[in-house]
Amino acid sequence: MSSQDIPEENLPAAQDTAHGAVKLADEKNPFADPGLPPHEHRVQDIDERAAKRSERTVALLFTLSMLATVGFIAAYVTIPVDKSVYIWPLGHISALNFALGMTLGIALFAIGAGAVHWARTLMSDHEIADERHPIEASPEVKAKVMDDFRQGAKESALGRRKLIRNTMFGALALFPLSGVVLLRDLGPLPGTKLRHTLWSKGKLLVNMNTNEPLRPSDLIVGSLTFAKPEGLEEHDHGFQTEIAKAALMLVRIQPDNIKDKRSLEWSHEGILAYSKICTHVGCPISLYEQQTHHALCPCHQSTFDLADGARVIFGPAGHALPQLRIGVNDEGYLEALGDFDEPVGPAFWERG
Amino acid sequence: MSTTTTPESRSRGKAPAGEKVADWADGRLGIYSLAKANMRKIFPDHWSFMLGEVCLYSFLIIILTGVYLTLFFHPSMNEVEYHGSYVPLQGQLMSEAYKSTLDISFDVRGGLLIRQIHHWAALVFLAGMFVHMMRVFFTGAFRKPREINWLFGFLLFVLGMFTGFTGYSLPDDLLSGTGIRFMEGAILSVPIVGTYISFFLFGGEFPGDDFVARFFSIHVLLLPGIMLGLVVAHLILVFYHKHTQFAGPGKTNKNVVGMPLLPVYMAKAGGFFFLVFGVLAAVSAIATINPIWSIGPYRPDMVSTGAQPDWYMGFSEGLIRVMPGWEINFWGHTLVLGVFIPLMIFPLVLVAIAVYPFIESWITGDKREHHILDRPRNAPTRTAFGVAWITLYFVLLVGGGNDIWATHFHLSINAITWFVRIAFFVAPVLAFIVTKRICLGLQRRDKDKVLHGRESGIIKRLPHGEFIEVHEPLSQEQLHTLTAHEQYKPLELGPEVDENGVRRKVKMTEKLRAKLSKGYYGEESQIPKPTVEEYKEITSGHGHH
Repeated sequence: MSSQDIPEENLPAAQDTAHGAVKLADEKNPFADPGLPPHEHRVQDIDERAAKRSERTVALLFTLSMLATVGFIAAYVTIPVDKSVYIWPLGHISALNFALGMTLGIALFAIGAGAVHWARTLMSDHEIADERHPIEASPEVKAKVMDDFRQGAKESALGRRKLIRNTMFGALALFPLSGVVLLRDLGPLPGTKLRHTLWSKGKLLVNMNTNEPLRPSDLIVGSLTFAKPEGLEEHDHGFQTEIAKAALMLVRIQPDNIKDKRSLEWSHEGILAYSKICTHVGCPISLYEQQTHHALCPCHQSTFDLADGARVIFGPAGHALPQLRIGVNDEGYLEALGDFDEPVGPAFWERG
Repeated sequence: MSTTTTPESRSRGKAPAGEKVADWADGRLGIYSLAKANMRKIFPDHWSFMLGEVCLYSFLIIILTGVYLTLFFHPSMNEVEYHGSYVPLQGQLMSEAYKSTLDISFDVRGGLLIRQIHHWAALVFLAGMFVHMMRVFFTGAFRKPREINWLFGFLLFVLGMFTGFTGYSLPDDLLSGTGIRFMEGAILSVPIVGTYISFFLFGGEFPGDDFVARFFSIHVLLLPGIMLGLVVAHLILVFYHKHTQFAGPGKTNKNVVGMPLLPVYMAKAGGFFFLVFGVLAAVSAIATINPIWSIGPYRPDMVSTGAQPDWYMGFSEGLIRVMPGWEINFWGHTLVLGVFIPLMIFPLVLVAIAVYPFIESWITGDKREHHILDRPRNAPTRTAFGVAWITLYFVLLVGGGNDIWATHFHLSINAITWFVRIAFFVAPVLAFIVTKRICLGLQRRDKDKVLHGRESGIIKRLPHGEFIEVHEPLSQEQLHTLTAHEQYKPLELGPEVDENGVRRKVKMTEKLRAKLSKGYYGEESQIPKPTVEEYKEITSGHGHH
């Protein structure tokens, strides 16, 4: 409440008069409420020329708004939707969006500024005190309501005829169940769907970018490659749902550097295939640091050591990334040797 | 409303056109009685009362622009190939939802502007509600009779968060899809039913083909419908209770001082709607928001770095990021505490502030109506609690943006995460202690000001060479304003034994209440305000220094 900090009588010009004992309206209680301060006139209240100036300002603002609306329509009609302009310091932006937004903004703002200026300078600024009335009812009203209620309750005989009351409560409690039952077909039951992906024995690992089956020689040490199961095409119906589970991340690490024994067994010449879906809440992991063999989820920064069975070394993920067992088929292409042996993605109650 | 044929009703026939229309409406709606009570209704003026208006107006703007957007948006997840006017995405596969959002942005004239106003207004709406809520909290405006309206406001804030979330998920772009995936992962962590809820929500496995259509009806119908009802109820109660006001000359708990609705408040508040709308339109003209075209369509196996939710979801993001990855496996089941605990703390943080008014009124035992606002310093424990809550909220916001902090300030992400983990527990406590101290300091300063006047900055040299600073006595208006607040006394439990020497049973809850009351109003928690006697003793005869 900054208004208290510099009261007018303490401003430099008034200091001489303020100096000395404080003048009090109520000698007995200096803290008593002195009542509403007297109204102070604004310049517009006493100087008709100032009032006229305010009037012109308000009218000018309203006129500006009209012009801006005309400008809006003109911009809408004349500026092509795909035209881009350079506006400092915004850079290259859509000319139409800029023109429409600025004209609309001015048209609206000017109305608001005009109305507020009008209210502040020309409308009466006499403060008025209104009385409050207690929210709660008077005892008489309350008594009347209670009487009415008792009368109504008695006439309904709800308290006396217990059989009616109880069966009514039963009926009212049961019928919403129909609504709950109707929700059943919102989706299928989970079953074991979260435990299976498209991977199975013999499925080739297909490069996500080139759409070509991968050979071990395509992967150099230190590289990170994303793969999908053979036969899954972008245009397929359900591609999104399948790739959400099957997305694979391939890295190649010197076999000597692979610390986890099982991980080494499931790899092929140092090529490791891990689920790309983070075990925290399911973001795709896409950052790989080849020196440390750490993979980082960009969403919540769970960090996995891919050289050590993809165990979690930092962040909120709860368990290691599932690894896919891979090998090479007769033609020299990388293939899966089965599905993941545990569910991919975030953990859930039935995961175990 | 007169129903008989009297000379008065005949005179109605000769009235001017406007009055005739009003007469017609009054005969059917009873508008004159309504206008009698409200047309010159008094609204107090304080800048902080404008915060609620910002919320109301941005809500209206969101509805207006949102209706426009539904005319062009296709809430469908059918895969289509893009052949629109945005060249970089030519030939890409995407959902119809994403494609229609691109069309709104590039082919509908003014579509981009309306989309951006819609999104900017949503951010302002949530920010406005947050600040408005804090205003109400710190000034104690939530006290009787306004507790229910506080809850309505709180519900609006929570529903606003989810309406925002479902809204920015609709374009089905890479960023929003990542947010949905996060939500799905969080739902999966719920013990026993999590998997089922997820399958029912998404119509099967994530992402499926259904969620955009389902989120659409939640976003445009279910949640806004409830919110509209709550906004109306909120406003009716504001009208019914009348505004609160700060203490000051002429302002009491039994009156409301300000300007009448017609014309001043109507012009100011009505004008303010246009000011808010105008600023949002101008911001949308120059500041791009959610450029889904550069983010790309959603693919569950792709992600960009620096993914962030809209700001109001940031604190839940912080919770999930800093929580250690605890998982417990037993009897073939998994308890995903690393995700489930944050999922539970999220509502707890919100509920903590929502139930506060009821806790405070239980501690004070005050059943009276309060229409005079507290200055935050005069309620140190409440203020300290509020600041502690905000501190927790912002610590979690920092946690939610830990990657952004790390890249912008060249800090270690691990260090930031650990900082947030510790600060989650420590920072609110520190904030509480510091705030309380500051409040007490300000109370002391007020007391000094009342008793000794304000420092005038004038240095006076006395005849014997001593320099003193002249203190100006305060006016009665100021004296009144600085001493108008009430101070509670801490609750006394009374003697442990009654007059017959029998030990009284004191309930545990009563003991707790007394303890809290001491924490609120004990010697450590408030500076006794100056009394008239103190004032007279100091001012009588001695001049001032």
